[in-house]
Amino acid sequence: MSKKISRRAFLKGSITIAGSVAASATITTAANALTKEKKEPIATLIDISKCIGCEECVYACQESNADKFPNPEKPYPKMYPSRVPVEDWSQKQDVTDRLTPYNWLYIQHASAKIDGEEIELTIPRRCMHCDNPPCVKLCPWGSAKQEDNGLSRIDSDLCLGGAKCKTVCPWDIPERQTGTGIYLNLLPALAGNGVMYKCDRCYNLLEQGEVPACIEACPEDVQTIGPRSEILKQAHALAKEMNGYIYGEHENGGTNTIYVSPVPFDELNNSIEKGEGRPHLEKVDDKMASGNNIAKAMLIAPIAGIAAAAGKLYKATKEVV
Amino acid sequence: MKKIINIQSYIYGITFFFITLSGFAQMPIFKRYYIADIPGLGWLADFYVTHLMHYIFAGIFIALVVYSIIDFIIFKMNFDHMRKDMVVRIVIFSGLILTGSLMVIKNFSGTPFPNGLIIGLDVFHLLFCMALIIFGLYQLIKGKKALLSE
Repeated sequence: MSKKISRRAFLKGSITIAGSVAASATITTAANALTKEKKEPIATLIDISKCIGCEECVYACQESNADKFPNPEKPYPKMYPSRVPVEDWSQKQDVTDRLTPYNWLYIQHASAKIDGEEIELTIPRRCMHCDNPPCVKLCPWGSAKQEDNGLSRIDSDLCLGGAKCKTVCPWDIPERQTGTGIYLNLLPALAGNGVMYKCDRCYNLLEQGEVPACIEACPEDVQTIGPRSEILKQAHALAKEMNGYIYGEHENGGTNTIYVSPVPFDELNNSIEKGEGRPHLEKVDDKMASGNNIAKAMLIAPIAGIAAAAGKLYKATKEVV
Repeated sequence: MKKIINIQSYIYGITFFFITLSGFAQMPIFKRYYIADIPGLGWLADFYVTHLMHYIFAGIFIALVVYSIIDFIIFKMNFDHMRKDMVVRIVIFSGLILTGSLMVIKNFSGTPFPNGLIIGLDVFHLLFCMALIIFGLYQLIKGKKALLSE
C-alpha cells in the first residue's frame, strides 16, 4: 500500500517540523525563566597544617546544631523486609570519632613524613558541599537542597531516610537515624527509614550574617570562609608558600571545601582510618559528568525524530511525483 | 505499512519498559526488596547506572514521540475523529517530557532551580508516570493495541 501525500499535507508537515524545533526551544526558555540568578558560592579553606585536633570545632558544631538533631520516637515501627537496618544513634550521641546523625564534624588523624621527620596531622572532616552535589541532584523527593551560596543541606521535614544521598555521595557523608521524620506518617513498615543528617554549614547562622560555629570556635583559625574564587586564590597562595597540596578544588567536579596540606593527599589517605562515617581523601571524578554528557547528546533526540519523519515525508512526496 | 507499525510498537514497548524500570530505580527500592539480588539485576541498585539508562531511553522516547506527532499530523490528522484516549496520551507524554526535560536541565551545575520547583517536578514526573502505567493497563484490559500503535 503506497501512501500518497497532498500539497496541504506537505505544508502541514513542514509547519509541524518547525513547531517541534520551537517546542525544544520553549523548554530551554522555560528553564531559563525558572532558574534563579546564579550567585558565586561561598567556600571554606581548611589549612590542615594549623589544626591541632583540639575538637573545639566538633563541640561547637554539636552545641550549635543541637536543635536540629533527631529526636526519634520509640519503639521504632517494624520494617519489612527484615534486611532493612535500624540505625539508631540516639543512645550514642556522645560519639565524636566519626560522622553520625548527632556529630556532623569530626577530627581525622594521620601520620606522615616531611623531610624524613614523622609528623601527626589532624583533619576536620565534614560534608564537602560540592558545586554540583549528587545528594541534592539525585534525591528522588527534593529533600536535599542546595542554597544560593553553594551549601547543600537535607530538609529533615521531607527526608524519608532512603539513604540514596549517602550511596551517591562520593564520600558517603550523610548518616541515618531511624524512627524520626515524615515516613512515620506514611507507610513506615514498607517505605522510608528515618532521616539523613549531615553538615548544613550552619545555614541559619550564615543567613544572619554570622559564620559557621566550627569556624567561630576554632582557636587556631584553621578555617577561612569567603567567595569561592577568593578562597581558591588563598588556597593556591598558601599551598605555594608551604610547598603543599590542595584537595577539593577539582574533586567531584569541584567542591566548596578546600583543604591545603603540607603532605600529599594520597599519603594522608593511606594513613587515615576510613570506613563507615570516616570519609576518604581519594581523588574523585565528577560523578554527575556522565549523565550530563548524555543529556547534551539527548539534544539530538528530537532532531532524530524530525529526521525520521522528514524521511518518510520525502519518500511519500517522491511517490506522488 | 503494518510491519512498520509493529516495529514502532515494539520499540515503544521496549522503551517504556526500560524507562519505567530505570525511573523506579531512582528510588531506593530495588535493593530493599531483593530485586537487585536476582542474578543479573544487580545494576538496578546502582543509581548512576540507572540514571544513565533513564537518560538514554528518555532520548529514544523523545525521538519516537516527535516522529509519531509529525507522522500523525502529516498522514493521519483528523481532529473530528480524535479519540479521547489520544488526548490522554498527548497530555501524559507532554507532562513527562516537560517535567523530565526540566529535571535534566536541573542536574547541570549552575542551574539553581527553586527547591519548591524541584519538589514539584519530582512529584509531577512520578504522577505522570503512574498515569501512564494506569492508562496502559486500562488500554490492555480494554483490548486496545499498543499505546501508540496508530
